[in-house]
Amino acid sequence: MSESVNNREPLLDISGLEVHFETRRGIARAVNEVDLTLYKGERFGLVGESGSGKTTMILALLRMIKTPGFIAGGKAVFDDGTDLLALNAEQVRQTRLKRVAMVPQGAMNSLNPVIRIGEQMMLTMREHGEEGERDELMARVVGLLEKVGLKPEAASLYPHELSGGMKQRACIAQAICLNPQLILADEPTSALDVVVQRQIMQTLRQLQIGLDATVLLVGHDMGLMAQFAERVGIMYGGKLVEVGTVSDIFRNPQHPYTQLLISSIPSFETRGDFKGIPGVALSLLDPPSGCLFHPRCPKATDACAQREPTLKEVSPGQWASCLLHEEEHDATAS
Amino acid sequence: MNWNYIVRRVALFLVVVWAAASVNFFVPRLGTGRDPIREKLGQLAASGGLRQDGIEAMVKAYQAKFGLDKPLYVQYLNFLGDTFTLDLGYSLANYPARVGQMIGNAIPWTIGLMVVSVLIGFALGTLIGALSAWPNAPPWVRSLAVPFMTLSAIPPYLLGLIVLYILGLKMQWFPLSGGYSPGMLAIASVDFYLDVLHHSILPALAIVLQAVGFWALGMRGMMVTTSGEDYVTLAEANGLRNRTIFFRYGLRNAMLPQFTALGLSLANVVAGQVIVEVIFAYPGIGTVLFQAIQSSDYTVINGVVLILIMSIGLVTMLMDFLYPLLDPRISHSRQN
Amino acid sequence: MQRLSQISYYLRESPMLAAGFIMVSIIVLFGLLGPLFVDTSLAQPLSTTPRMEPSWEHPFGTDDSGRDLLSVMVVGVPLTLRIGLLAGAVGLGLGIVLGFTSGYLGGRFDVVTRGIVDTLLTVPGLVVLVSIASTIREEISVNIMALVVASLAWMWPTRVIRSQVLSMRERAYVQMAKLNGMSTAEIIWKELFPNLLPYLAAQFANAVNWAILSSIGLEALGLGPQNDPTVGMTIYWAITFSALIRGMWWWWAIPIAFIGLIFVGLLMIAVGLDELANPKQRKAV
Repeated sequence: MSESVNNREPLLDISGLEVHFETRRGIARAVNEVDLTLYKGERFGLVGESGSGKTTMILALLRMIKTPGFIAGGKAVFDDGTDLLALNAEQVRQTRLKRVAMVPQGAMNSLNPVIRIGEQMMLTMREHGEEGERDELMARVVGLLEKVGLKPEAASLYPHELSGGMKQRACIAQAICLNPQLILADEPTSALDVVVQRQIMQTLRQLQIGLDATVLLVGHDMGLMAQFAERVGIMYGGKLVEVGTVSDIFRNPQHPYTQLLISSIPSFETRGDFKGIPGVALSLLDPPSGCLFHPRCPKATDACAQREPTLKEVSPGQWASCLLHEEEHDATAS
Repeated sequence: MNWNYIVRRVALFLVVVWAAASVNFFVPRLGTGRDPIREKLGQLAASGGLRQDGIEAMVKAYQAKFGLDKPLYVQYLNFLGDTFTLDLGYSLANYPARVGQMIGNAIPWTIGLMVVSVLIGFALGTLIGALSAWPNAPPWVRSLAVPFMTLSAIPPYLLGLIVLYILGLKMQWFPLSGGYSPGMLAIASVDFYLDVLHHSILPALAIVLQAVGFWALGMRGMMVTTSGEDYVTLAEANGLRNRTIFFRYGLRNAMLPQFTALGLSLANVVAGQVIVEVIFAYPGIGTVLFQAIQSSDYTVINGVVLILIMSIGLVTMLMDFLYPLLDPRISHSRQN
Repeated sequence: MQRLSQISYYLRESPMLAAGFIMVSIIVLFGLLGPLFVDTSLAQPLSTTPRMEPSWEHPFGTDDSGRDLLSVMVVGVPLTLRIGLLAGAVGLGLGIVLGFTSGYLGGRFDVVTRGIVDTLLTVPGLVVLVSIASTIREEISVNIMALVVASLAWMWPTRVIRSQVLSMRERAYVQMAKLNGMSTAEIIWKELFPNLLPYLAAQFANAVNWAILSSIGLEALGLGPQNDPTVGMTIYWAITFSALIRGMWWWWAIPIAFIGLIFVGLLMIAVGLDELANPKQRKAV
């Protein structure tokens, strides 16, 4: 998957990413051999039910996997050759926010309640070696706040004096304060009401375009994804099962799991959460043989329990990991 | 903070003082049907002695205010009047010493010893407790918390006996008792201050040894909760230094309930330390109280009890006033 | 039987609780079985040679007035425990009644109770007890001591139980019970009480701890039962007769060791129970 999408240059090349969790009953592969290339300036959406490994992937890219979890293998190489997963602790710290920034899930409680917004942002900037007079930094803070649609006065307020949406805006302002190349957003609007959700996503999009940054948006709201993302990846059981442009994924899904996901969306403007897929939820501690999805898959064949599928390009720019397509390939090849 | 709150809080403080004074007045009279001060005065008057004149004067003054010919409510009002004007009367055992004067002489010693050791114990305990719950703290700090928490279970005056035996009697590093050496002139000189410091180390050590574990135990629980908060996670994701996250995001927030706990536990803390003074014959208010109990000097006992309740009430009130400065979410302008 | 297996489960789950349990059990067994092996009449003054170091004949030595300290401990430890248990039980009982009523009913009763409790907590309890005890000094017995201490032992239990009830009141299962038409008394007895048991046990350990601590504090000031050899009074006599400076270390060190064992044991029980009740705290250990 190295050729460009819409003629964009690759930014981060993730290959063979493995995150394991050690439990009493064995090892769970929360992220399972994921290959994914993110391009400069694109908005990529990562979708999956809870436990599919999408949040774990974000934490892995931030190097914030905590025991009993650990990164068991793989690479995440930036365009300049830096491997995120090979950095030492201090290098990781400096990379955060400068190259990879996070917009948090729970904005309600993501700001330190005892420090004023402006002071928090200045503290964060100073921690990354941004020197300068107080006035200078403050001017930058005010500029950032205006960029996300907050008034300059917000700088002198405490978090509890802001509404939920304003807090999330402050978090976004903080995330872009060092012009990161990659912004990771983990369901950034899940705690907000629908109107505010839309506004926040619009702001995030404007900023992303302005900075020419890449956004990796994680979520389970397919409608939100369709509106925001350019490309979408579907995860199941720690594996990336399908990747493609938004229109390909929604109009012509190739993986049976994606097909079920799309068809289970409430039809009105494809907006809303998906309702779930019949069958027993997957246990990562005791995964089925072959394709992880085969016990729930309506199209499963005997081969699906034997062989593990790999991600194959089904049509230009659209990849799926399903034996169905491998067999078609085999059939047409012979 | 607004005036309404300040007025209500001061009123509450006055109610506490009133209640304490009432306990002092009614418990001896109603509980046992007798007035120990009167009995003691009677004994003194009967036994005679060198200062008979003074005692007669004292008896007269007492009769004028609390005589049996006066109705109970008049006695009570007189008592309250004395309390709120801080007129604590004469010492029964050390006439003509006044109770206020005896307490006044002792209180700087108590405040000096307590403020320093409470602050050291609170600071050390808070830090150790916070580190013991911090995922990135070195393991040796975590193991430090256990012995301190064990010591916290033992009252400071008993720890005092142990340090006194080891460091005072066996090692002879520190003096065994008193606030300063007997031959010392109590004037403001470097030698005198060093001598005072030398004498205060053992009692302070006893208090600190117990306090560290007490505060560490409370802090540990709060730090566990705080280290799981979203803002700590985001601070880490934003690449803040570990030290900054620990102090300004973790400790700073976990400390808030710790301050509330300090206000609520101050009473118990002070009570334990009063007895530490007795063990070390330290010239503070605890020793005054002990000697008064030994000689049934009821006016002094009542005076010390009242002063202790008042001063702790005062400190608690000040802490309530200062708390909004620590936690911006709390403001006394609203009803709470 | 079910209760027993639950207790043994708790003990296995929390080593802290188990250690505390063992420590307190040792003390209790010492007091229960001691009189079978030790001549308790030696706890009286002038019953043996005074000022003897620990030896085979007197394992804990003897004091200034000719009492065998082993016998004194055998007599005194149960007395001290009795003060603690009596006062702790009264304190917890009051705390349960006030805490449940205040937390469950809310309203004006709650406001008043909370105000009184928070105010009384800032008053140095021991100092108030000094004021009470000094006026009835001659009449103090072990039981009166327990009552005096109990008069101030109910505030912490009330405060903690109230806030627990308050948070439980809003939980789903209580709401369900309400919808199912259970009466208030039934909800408290059937839904709240069982769920609060570990908390109540922890509060009992705390209340007993506080009561013993206060009684020993009073006794160290000389305000204890003058004729009963409680652990605290033994320390008082040791201090009064300068055992420390005279090198009679056994006189004060042995009661301190007993008190230490009681306090550390009770603290570990309280902390252990608290950890069981708040699983979140367990991660820290």
